[in-house]
Amino acid sequence: MNYSYTVLIPLIPLFVFLVTGLFGMKWKPIVSGWIGTAGMGISFILSVVAAVQFFVLSGHAHGAEGFPTFIPVNLTWLNLTETLQIKLGVLIDPISVMMLVVVTTVSFMVHIYSIGYMHGEKGFARFYAFLSLFSFSMLGLVLATNIFQMYIFWELVGVSSFLLIGFYYTKPSAVAASKKAFIVTRFADLGFLIGILILSFVTGTFDFDKLTQPGTSIFQAAAPLSFMGISAMTWAMVLIFMGGAGKSAMFPLHIWLPDAMEGPTPVSALIHAATMVVAGVYLVARLFPVFHFQAPDAQEIIAWVGGFTSLFAAAIALTQFDIKRILAFSTLSQIGYMMLSLGVSGYGGEEGLGYMASMFHLFTHAMFKALLFLGAGAIIHAVHSNYMYEMGGLRKYLPITHITFLIACLTIAGIPPLSGFFSKDEILVAAYNHNKVLFAMEYIVAGLTAFYMFRLYFSVFWGKDRHYHHAPHEAPLVMTFPLMFLAVASVFAGFLPFSQWISTDKLGFHTHLHWNIAIASVAIGVVGILIAMALYKKETNIPDRISARLGVLYKSTYNKFYIDEIYLFITKKILFNLVSRPIAWFDRHVIDDFMAGIGYTTEKVANRIKGMQSGQIQHYGFAFVAGALALALIILYLI
Amino acid sequence: MIQGIPIYHFLVVSTVMFFIGVCGFIIRRNLITMLMCIELILNSVNINFVVFNRYLYPDQLQGHFFTLFIVGIAAAEVSVAIALIINIYRRFSNIEVEKINELKF
Repeated sequence: MNYSYTVLIPLIPLFVFLVTGLFGMKWKPIVSGWIGTAGMGISFILSVVAAVQFFVLSGHAHGAEGFPTFIPVNLTWLNLTETLQIKLGVLIDPISVMMLVVVTTVSFMVHIYSIGYMHGEKGFARFYAFLSLFSFSMLGLVLATNIFQMYIFWELVGVSSFLLIGFYYTKPSAVAASKKAFIVTRFADLGFLIGILILSFVTGTFDFDKLTQPGTSIFQAAAPLSFMGISAMTWAMVLIFMGGAGKSAMFPLHIWLPDAMEGPTPVSALIHAATMVVAGVYLVARLFPVFHFQAPDAQEIIAWVGGFTSLFAAAIALTQFDIKRILAFSTLSQIGYMMLSLGVSGYGGEEGLGYMASMFHLFTHAMFKALLFLGAGAIIHAVHSNYMYEMGGLRKYLPITHITFLIACLTIAGIPPLSGFFSKDEILVAAYNHNKVLFAMEYIVAGLTAFYMFRLYFSVFWGKDRHYHHAPHEAPLVMTFPLMFLAVASVFAGFLPFSQWISTDKLGFHTHLHWNIAIASVAIGVVGILIAMALYKKETNIPDRISARLGVLYKSTYNKFYIDEIYLFITKKILFNLVSRPIAWFDRHVIDDFMAGIGYTTEKVANRIKGMQSGQIQHYGFAFVAGALALALIILYLI
Repeated sequence: MIQGIPIYHFLVVSTVMFFIGVCGFIIRRNLITMLMCIELILNSVNINFVVFNRYLYPDQLQGHFFTLFIVGIAAAEVSVAIALIINIYRRFSNIEVEKINELKF
């Protein structure tokens, strides 16, 4: 099987980025849009071809060997020493092929959608150039053959995310948000880099292929190493997970994601819902055998961080009013699900259910969350506001958006037979088999999710008609087509035989519904929907009364549990006062003054002795001869 | 070995020439004269080279060749120096070295 054409999938967006970035200013803006969309379309088709070839046509699914790993391209990029080489290549295995499909599908839809959404905006060409840069980086990350290549593209997606969050660079809040996102993720990436260095130091390799081989002996060197009573491998994997947690916005590094909603809505759909924020999940999945066999403690940490984040974010989402922020917290909560699922997974066959469920949920979540964000974009496009209390009764004005949004809400709430039901059910089963407390947390989250999504749905599309500046109108076809496409994907994605394609040992296994858990999770979802319907379908004052009754609890969730304030307190009050100010004082008074002193002394001395340079060449000659004579005398008579 | 003349005689001549050159360089005000003094210094050195070569290593020729080099380079140096002096004269209408003291702090 030849997969060398897959190298084109990331290279086409790179080419488009260079072309639109360099020449976009010279053309009519829409030309850049169409070039970007066409390039992404080709990548999308190639990815689908690769997926069909890999999963269906090749027949690996039924072979005894399981899915093989192909490395069609692997160039040595930096040849530092004999043993230390950094390579760039393309890795084809089940999860990378699945991610290719996810990234190119959502990216393609977002490219189409943005032609309508960004129409007439200043910097249209720049927007498309950045989208292509992001797509290139994300695809390079997905296809990375070694952890260092992944790190390079990891930073590239961070940069593109920074550029796109700060797209409206004249708005101070957007600039602040982009800076916050960049600094928080960079801080996490510091941990990631240290983790990579420890891991490659003990194993002597960067290659995923060697690291994840079952029963490999490269970890033996790590066994005697430990630091502060914790083994080297645990340190390495926890630090690598820190990088993943930063990118995937896990608690307590989640603070950048809600603010990142300052970017244009298609960007939120592509980067901050479907693709970049699941890079952390992908990283953990990529290194799953290492986590599971070498650092089980780190895997347990992943489970609890994921579980806690999903509960925490779902609680905050209950009380927010900005529709994009609700979706952002919902994203956090769903990524928490995926992390938890990886954390509780075992290895091999049915044991690896959590791993497969996580990837499955990643896939379905990308579809329905992109749909939700694009739907939210269509709503914002129509009413020019982000706030729920300025919306209501929109179902009459936006019929297509209404239907697709409803499908997405039902999917995320886990109503059968939509795709979210299957993936969420499998995550709950995996959690149930591992730890009952985690299961209980996720079970509550399932109910909360259904409630806050339908709170959003009913407040926006039902309720009372607001007074709008002009009558809201349905978006053009370029915007509704992606909605319909993603809605179809959300409905039918659940029927893909994921467990036969993606599994820890690549052999595939058969899943079946666990009826008791399925019924229970659907039940709590329906309860959540019904409560939301009772409270928000007709506008009443019950929600206000309930929130007044809850008092402190409501206030703290509304203020996102004051995490941002805690961060500000730690940085501004503690770090700045105790560390930064003394360092600044030392720099200003000791180092700077020392340097200034050298300059000052030199200048003063020079002023004093400059008269010696008289311009009379004979004076110089005399001084020279006298000096030479004096030296000669000293050498003759004194030494 | 030059019959009957000891090396000291030559060395005395070259030393006297050298110091005449140095004194002239320091004392005389005319640039052309100063240039001539530099030539004196160089030629005193040339005498030393030839004499030492002749007295110490009579079967070798390095001293002689060095002297030829110095003569050649001195010729080039003089041509440059004369050109400089002519330009100085054009600018200041003067070749008194004490008047030409622009190049200072």
